Amino acid sequence: MTAEITTEKARIGAPSIAGFTEEGEGLVSAKVDHSHNHGVTVMSSRAERLTSFDVADFALPTGREEEWRFSPVRALANLLSDAATDLDPEPAAAFTVDAPEGYVRTPLAPGVAPRGTVLTPADRAAVVASANTDEALHVVIPAEAELAEPLRILVHGAGAGRRSNAHYVLEAGANSRSVVILEHTGAADHTGNLEVIVGEGAKLTVISVQLWEDDAKHLAQHDAQVGKDAVYKHIAVSLGGSIVRLNSNVRFSGEGAEAELLGLYFADAGQHLEHRSFVDHNEANCKSNVLYKGALQGKNAHTVWVGDVLIQKQALGTDSYEKNQNLVLTDGCRADSVPNLEIETGLIEGAGHASSTGRFDDEHLFYLMARGIPEEVARRLVVRGFLNEIIQQIKVPALEERLTAAVERELAATEN
Amino acid sequence: MSTLEIKDLHVSIDTEQGTKEILKGVSLTVRTGETHAIMGPNGSGKSTLASTIAGHPRYKVTGGTITLDGEDVLAMSVDERARAGLFLAMQYPVEVPGVTMTNFLRTAKTAIDGQAPALRTWTKDVKAAMQQLRIDADFAQRNVNEGFSGGEKKRVEILQLELFKPKFAVLDETDSGLDVDALKIVSEGVNRAHAEGNMGTMLITHYTRILRYIKPEFVHVFVDGQIVEEGGPELADRLEEEGYDRYATGAGAATIAAAAAAQA
Repeated sequence: MTAEITTEKARIGAPSIAGFTEEGEGLVSAKVDHSHNHGVTVMSSRAERLTSFDVADFALPTGREEEWRFSPVRALANLLSDAATDLDPEPAAAFTVDAPEGYVRTPLAPGVAPRGTVLTPADRAAVVASANTDEALHVVIPAEAELAEPLRILVHGAGAGRRSNAHYVLEAGANSRSVVILEHTGAADHTGNLEVIVGEGAKLTVISVQLWEDDAKHLAQHDAQVGKDAVYKHIAVSLGGSIVRLNSNVRFSGEGAEAELLGLYFADAGQHLEHRSFVDHNEANCKSNVLYKGALQGKNAHTVWVGDVLIQKQALGTDSYEKNQNLVLTDGCRADSVPNLEIETGLIEGAGHASSTGRFDDEHLFYLMARGIPEEVARRLVVRGFLNEIIQQIKVPALEERLTAAVERELAATEN
Repeated sequence: MSTLEIKDLHVSIDTEQGTKEILKGVSLTVRTGETHAIMGPNGSGKSTLASTIAGHPRYKVTGGTITLDGEDVLAMSVDERARAGLFLAMQYPVEVPGVTMTNFLRTAKTAIDGQAPALRTWTKDVKAAMQQLRIDADFAQRNVNEGFSGGEKKRVEILQLELFKPKFAVLDETDSGLDVDALKIVSEGVNRAHAEGNMGTMLITHYTRILRYIKPEFVHVFVDGQIVEEGGPELADRLEEEGYDRYATGAGAATIAAAAAAQA
């Protein structure tokens, strides 16, 4: 067994245990001391991370930077260069929006509000995509609207290695109810920034689905600001692509709001799937829940999850939890999992985190087979069960079915 | 009527110090309706016998045969053995992430029977069997063995025994780690399965206390990878009084083994 499983315990003060590990910590207000900080000491607060609209502020990453240290930056050179979208002979990515009449507004130029009010680029990829997108798609779901069908934005890459920049601004009006699916297929070197404004009392689910072809590369920064008493759910589903790196960030603009950041990924041989989440508890009495689950199989399958939660001084009554679980199916995979929790006030409901990496090993297989279950069925049973916790959160039956089928195809690849 | 026949079985494992022979020629025949107790001190090879019958990849058969009604068990994969009617209640059941008990039981039953069980009766059967074994209903929604206590895991093994209805059950130290109440509950489960009349049982144990609840017709004493003495229930009584010391007094063990072999 040579699978490399690194769950970075150092940052959260727990020992590293090989094999099937489970660790976590639940903090309640009584136990929290004011300086409780899970970040390593050399790291400054997550809140101090650079954000800017100016490309010059972000040097090309070397891979040694905190936010790039797990990523294959050399393979990302095309996406990190300050370059326009490749338009010849046709745009590198085609966009299809399926929305009710009147929801799609005039595109937004850089600096035209609400573009730029929620999302400020936080890394080199996001800033070059922002600078090179003259027209951002602007979708407004009117206040009180209740969408019976999901609103869809389909992004189809026209060819591997072709540079594509995109920016989307999505507004969910007060008390609206909607599901938005952002779906990626085909292949391109695509960076897409998504800026989400969730109005007071609104309920919005954003599902970003990465069903790219094998040679696609995709970087993304998805930032949301969640209004008073609003509920925002972001689900990242990454199955395809050679490199996917999606950062899902959320902060609040009023009390009583809830945010749920969920993710599901399945990395095959050579695939790099990275998800970073950041919940900034900047308002009092908000709730957040982060859960990312991933499966890995094949040589050099690599997944990364970095989950940051910051509970600011003024965020009294915060209730937050984050968890990452990985299931390693074969030797030769690597799952990095780093929860970071920064708490600046003790007057909170709860703040917990957990990270576990289990492997489906010969003993699990023996147990299931000793009950008459053939090997391939056993493998499928375990993975399907493991990932289903996220799939069932999607609540769009047609999409759930498609994703279940896509997971089955990933599994079929293991058996071959 | 079925027969599980083990003939002159030799089994080795690979260790860091090289290959080590654990079973040194074991012969044993179990028929439907019979209960055989396999008793012996720790390290005598009892559990190796159990795992070898189930087909655990760690154990290499270097000689001898295992047949089920004449069929070559050693040629079967692990899942084929289970479908042929062999069941191993494991000493250390593993936790299986991501699979609920409900899903697992139904999938296994479907695999063993070759068809999905009728949903309504199956759900009822599972519920009833769980109740009899005092397993909380909420276990059905939990992942297989995940977070179960040692005693709970053993009860879940017997739950499977009752639901899957094997031709032969091998119980590998099912009694270890159980308190008296749990031991009774588990034993009742085994006895219920046995009472249906279609099962033969191999009960592997270090201690005699489970034999107060499950009555074997045959007792085999295992020492150093061999059966050194065989008899009826009275042999278990004698072991209770005298322990295994008389078999394993240093170098004398080999002599006794040889003597026993000569007697047999």
